Amino acid sequence: MGKYLLRRLLIAIPTLLLISMVVYAILALAPGDPLSQFGLDPRVPPEVRENIRRQLGLDQPWHVRYVKWLIAALQGDLGYSFQSRVPVSELIAQKLPNTLSVLGVAYVLAVLLAIPIGVVSAVKRYSFFDHAATTFAFIGFSVPTFFTGIILILIFSVKLHWLPFIYQSTLNVSLFDMESILAQLKQSIMPITVLTLFQTATLVRFVRSEMLENMPLDYVRTARAKGLQERFVVIRHVLRNSLIPVVTLIALGVPAIFGGALITEQIFRIPGIGLMLVAAIEQSDTPVVMGATLMFSVLVVLFNIVADLLYGVLDPRIRYD
Amino acid sequence: MATTTANAPRLAEGEWRRPARSLWSDAWHHFRRHRLAMAGVVVLGIIVVATLFGPLLWTVPYQKLDYSAALVGPSPAHPFGTTDLGHDLFARILWGGRISLAVGLTAVLIAISLGTLVGALSGFFGGTLDDLLMRLTDMFLSLPQLPLLLLTIYLFRDMLRELVGPELGIFILIVTVVGALTWMPTARLVRASFLSIKRKEFVEAARTVGATDRRIIVRHILPNVMSPVLVSATIGVGAAIITESALSFLGLGFPSDVPSWGRVLYDAQNFMEIAPHWAIFPGMFIFLTVLSINYMGDGLRDALDPRRTQR
Repeated sequence: MGKYLLRRLLIAIPTLLLISMVVYAILALAPGDPLSQFGLDPRVPPEVRENIRRQLGLDQPWHVRYVKWLIAALQGDLGYSFQSRVPVSELIAQKLPNTLSVLGVAYVLAVLLAIPIGVVSAVKRYSFFDHAATTFAFIGFSVPTFFTGIILILIFSVKLHWLPFIYQSTLNVSLFDMESILAQLKQSIMPITVLTLFQTATLVRFVRSEMLENMPLDYVRTARAKGLQERFVVIRHVLRNSLIPVVTLIALGVPAIFGGALITEQIFRIPGIGLMLVAAIEQSDTPVVMGATLMFSVLVVLFNIVADLLYGVLDPRIRYD
Repeated sequence: MATTTANAPRLAEGEWRRPARSLWSDAWHHFRRHRLAMAGVVVLGIIVVATLFGPLLWTVPYQKLDYSAALVGPSPAHPFGTTDLGHDLFARILWGGRISLAVGLTAVLIAISLGTLVGALSGFFGGTLDDLLMRLTDMFLSLPQLPLLLLTIYLFRDMLRELVGPELGIFILIVTVVGALTWMPTARLVRASFLSIKRKEFVEAARTVGATDRRIIVRHILPNVMSPVLVSATIGVGAAIITESALSFLGLGFPSDVPSWGRVLYDAQNFMEIAPHWAIFPGMFIFLTVLSINYMGDGLRDALDPRRTQR
């Protein structure tokens, strides 16, 4: 196991290097210019512009800049944002809680909802509940999150005036102030619902089909023949085996929800990582874009490894050597 | 009359035999029983026909400004209402449907071709080539898709716009980038099928009679691989439509003079309080299209599954 982990980590390093290099090259070779705002301003003389370029290190060829960026990044220094002159790591640390408080809650809720729904749906196959659940899953999986978000806003903010339209990150939430907790709840309900709906729908389909794969197998019949209660057969035997691929899928899905957060954050104007990235791209703010993309890539690679390892832990038939 | 009797299978007295079915007519037979998939075909069919021929019948130009009728709700003059500039939304949505559907189809076509090519080469030849291509596939799978999509589109948008014009430029860019970032599952699928099929007797037989590698891949193995690819392609069209809408919704897709469904939705965002119809109609169309496509994919999967229960 240790050896396998080591090998996976060793493969992960070139992958990450390659990804960061590709992103950096795309950024450097593309026609965008971080000084374009200055460029439009005729009052800035060309010498000054050159000076700023030199200060930011933009006069060097891109591969030199990449190596410099990489060496700094390895030491945990992601550079400063061109726009706000704040260290990128600080910027990410500042936005991450907003993203996580919505995403994390939504993902946990989705897992907690999807497993029981999927199980019941499979056990009572073709029942009314099963039809309702599969239809819900199909619709939830097909409706784009931006549309669900807009519908929710139209109903609960525009028509009923129950919930606020826009997410306020400046809200000071303290455990002793009921009002602030309530306000935080009110503004997170809609984004969390949107993400939970989508994630639950995806997972329910998966849990259900895994359960159905396992139910006709011999070991299930054996368990029943031993005289076990149906409840134990389903929970201890079928569910346990079905969860192996489900857990893997849950781990693999973590980076994807960060992608989905881009859209949710745009709808509800949540100042998280996603909005930061979109703004940084529009402003050609290379260090921020690199920092955020690198974070996404590390997440993808990391959770791929986690998923593989979990598979081995949960399934004793799989041995790493 | 003579020809029909000559072609009919000779049957013994009283014997009943159902007519021979090809794989596809058999699949169609099963597909037709999947009610929701059929509903999907009908709804998608209506949407496709409407976007293709609708602009010929509903002749209001989608870019016509009419400030006197800005932000009005649905009415006989404007069945879906108007935008803040008085654009007729019905015309915009009919026109935008062409774009959204074309993006979905083309992007998937690119992804499927790329994936099939990589998967076929990898599975058929194996060895170093396989290792190399699978490493490449793994690397693409660990790319952060949406951020990268945003990045490339934002950065190369202006360049392509100058080269081939605003509409075509963005179209080419979105389709290529989406295709280039979604071919990996197909490649794995095709590779796995190739690995199992290339050992079958009929491939050996083809080789013995002197068929070239190329002929074996294209004529003998590929047709056997196509049904799972078709299923994943169908679902892929829906996913590509969502991706395009998401990009446009983030303001990084089509410009506002090209009213793809996602772009109309993006423009509607700031007017949700006064003009909810503006957001609801394009959203509905994206949703209905994707839902129909997904149900069709589901039906296809059932119909093409060799393990399905024989009735």
